[in-house]
Amino acid sequence: MKNIGKIHNPYNDDKVIDACSIFGMMDTSGKLFSGEGIIKAIANMHDRSNGLGGGFAIYGLYPEYADLYAFHIMYLNQSAHNQTECFLKTHFDVIQAEEIPTRPTESILNPPLMWRYFIEVGNHKPEDMSDDDYIVAKVMQINTILEDVFVFSSGKNMGVFKGVGYPEDIAAYFCLEQYRGYLWTAHGRFPTNTPGWWGGSHPFSILDWTVVHNGEISSYGINRRYLEQSGYQCTMQTDTEVVAYAVDLLVRRHGLPMELVAKILAPPFWDEIERQPERQRDLLKTIRQVYGSLLLNGPFTVIIAHHGEMIGLTDRIRLRPLAVGEKGDVLYLSSEESAIHLICSDLDRVWTPVGGELVIGKLGKSSRTGIKKVITGAIR
Amino acid sequence: MKTYVPPKFMIIRDPARCIQCQICVNQCSFDANYYDIEDSEVRNRDENCVGCHRCMTFCPTRAITITKNPLEYRENYNWRSEDIEDIWKQAESGGVLLTGMGNDKGYPIYWDHLLLNASQVTNPSIDPLREPMELVTYLGKKPDRVRIDRDSFDLETELAPQVKLNLPVMFSAMSYGAVSLNVHKSLAQAATEMGILWNTGEGGLHHSLYKYGNNTIVQVASGRFGVHAQYLNVARVVEIKIGQGAKPGIGGHLPAEKVTAEVALTRMIPRGTDALSPAPQHDIYSIEDLAQLVYALKEATNYTKPISVKIAAVHNSAAIASGMVRAGADIIVLDGLRGATGAAPKVIRDNVGIPIELALASVDTRLRQEGIRNQASLVISGGIRNSGDVIKAIALGADAVNIGTAALIALGCHVCQQCHTGKCAWGICTSNLSLTKRINPEIGARRLSNLLRGWSLEIKDMLGGLGINALESLRGNRLHLRGVGLTDTEAEILGVRMAGS
Repeated sequence: MKNIGKIHNPYNDDKVIDACSIFGMMDTSGKLFSGEGIIKAIANMHDRSNGLGGGFAIYGLYPEYADLYAFHIMYLNQSAHNQTECFLKTHFDVIQAEEIPTRPTESILNPPLMWRYFIEVGNHKPEDMSDDDYIVAKVMQINTILEDVFVFSSGKNMGVFKGVGYPEDIAAYFCLEQYRGYLWTAHGRFPTNTPGWWGGSHPFSILDWTVVHNGEISSYGINRRYLEQSGYQCTMQTDTEVVAYAVDLLVRRHGLPMELVAKILAPPFWDEIERQPERQRDLLKTIRQVYGSLLLNGPFTVIIAHHGEMIGLTDRIRLRPLAVGEKGDVLYLSSEESAIHLICSDLDRVWTPVGGELVIGKLGKSSRTGIKKVITGAIR
Repeated sequence: MKTYVPPKFMIIRDPARCIQCQICVNQCSFDANYYDIEDSEVRNRDENCVGCHRCMTFCPTRAITITKNPLEYRENYNWRSEDIEDIWKQAESGGVLLTGMGNDKGYPIYWDHLLLNASQVTNPSIDPLREPMELVTYLGKKPDRVRIDRDSFDLETELAPQVKLNLPVMFSAMSYGAVSLNVHKSLAQAATEMGILWNTGEGGLHHSLYKYGNNTIVQVASGRFGVHAQYLNVARVVEIKIGQGAKPGIGGHLPAEKVTAEVALTRMIPRGTDALSPAPQHDIYSIEDLAQLVYALKEATNYTKPISVKIAAVHNSAAIASGMVRAGADIIVLDGLRGATGAAPKVIRDNVGIPIELALASVDTRLRQEGIRNQASLVISGGIRNSGDVIKAIALGADAVNIGTAALIALGCHVCQQCHTGKCAWGICTSNLSLTKRINPEIGARRLSNLLRGWSLEIKDMLGGLGINALESLRGNRLHLRGVGLTDTEAEILGVRMAGS
């Protein structure tokens, strides 16, 4: 089995430490828009990254293949390409395979081969397994067993593009200004203890869930041990991976709504919980008692996205920045407010959420309604 | 028989300072100071001095110095003075050597080989003077997941009984009889004031302390002393005592001299009889028997209280602990090699059990490997000296720690290891009424609360330095520990990396 940790964390530190710029943008009416705005916005926060990682997630990307899983795969060499395509053909019905279009970009050095596949699970999976679980298992298998290959996007009608470079260079390399989506997230990375690896850039992704993250989680050690108890293997050794698995566990496996998940990752203080009316108090107290090991302590801001939802959350004392902008149906989330103003000069409203306050944009609801629900108290 | 055992200490009295007031004579419960009526002079019996410093502390003119007897034996690495004198003691008495307090031998203290992390640059430390810092801990069984109604957000999961601790420190089990009622009162008052729990030990709960029930753990041990329905139901937690770190494998000992009328009444035994607990619980010869007792106590308390099970840390602790969790224990308590006692055979105290740090690490790891760590809280004890030990225990995986000796030291204990004699000059480990009144429960409670307040502040400072503002984010978070001077095997068992790596 290959050791991704060794590639990503060559010095075998406790974990990979990095800080970042993040930006998210969603049209809650579902209207598709190009990447020009978000590329400009993330480029404006150039100083928050150091050229060792940039990436984008785009939702509503492949309407012509909306029912197919879209795999984005990077190969370090041709033999990995051949080997993996055999694996894909054995385990899936591959409907379409193509090289991801790129343009030569001066600052992008030694890019891996980039391919995308539109696939169906068909009758390859065991009967009692859901398509999603099958996809997760196979992606994990490719990423942990096959050499020189990494699947970095595996959802339907969405895609992740990422690599080593400043985010604006990554955007140029992948020609992202030509794509359209209704929800975009972006990330510029400033790692301190990894030389940078294409697979280690953000967004992190499994199925249609993506996470971009800015922070260093002090509770990483226990978050990781708790998740390992539920069968997750933290192969990448990053905080971001912990966030992604925690959300997967709580939302997909434990069936909790995002509003409550936010109260697990960034819970109110005990004395604040004690001041709530009885019903809220019991709920908040119970989830904190049970999921205390998943409290993400220390500085972080995350933008978590999946189809129909974009979620912004900071740690409970807001040690990393997050600004929120609203214009009509469009919701903006950004590390810096200036980046929002740069691409939208007449915002209806711009504000800074308090620590641990969840910001959600939901498809089909104007962004304001989506947010309002949270402001009035996630816990009804 | 002439004793060959030389005095351990010498009492040196400065004649220029001594005013012959005889306070030292009255204070010494071991007759090491006496007043010679014929010569009208205070004199010493050095052979009786135990080094408890009571006389020195209370001498109004600071005339007294206690020093070690400088007596030297011929150097011998194998036959040290303690070995020689123990043989003389047994040659003269023909009995088991008894002692008090915890193991005093030079086994490794792993707390001293573990160091904490702090935040620098890449994440900020948090300032507890300016930001909230949470030490609240809930003990009790936690389910694997919480279920709620997706539409109404109604909570569908009902938790097993939980106990709130304002800081992750409790008082260890110390029985009435071994320690005095005033010590129990001090512990109960301090626990109530600080929002933690104290533990009755196996000698029952004196009627006057029922009002502190909400902060009390009551023990059910092999002797079943003082166990009755009201005793169980007045408590916050019921603890089954299987063993203790000072004497794994044997039961509690309370010599007849300490069984006064009140002690006898509380323990429900005849006055002036030895209270010797059987070595095992005779209804627990196997793990399924433990499950029966756990559920019998849950039935008796109508499932309103967590049931704790306490064992001594021994070789197979991890497997035993796993069995205890599966047997329904809501809290498991591990008492390590250095756990103390009011009376134990010296050879057992000094040679049986394993260090608590290793037991804690291996139990926490095993329970996680088996996916049942959430089903019981893990409490450890045995030689915890300061808030540094506490926070390291939390990082290794403990939910909370118990302190016994540290609490008694706060009350005045000088760790002179004479608990088994019943003559404690500090009035702690005795039932002699002229001595027990030396502990004023109000002052005792204040001293204990002060200690815990100091430790909370220190723990908050260290937590903030780690960039953490809630204790649960450090619990089991061994990445915040590094080892120094450990072998690879020790580091592996502790689950920590070496400093510098």
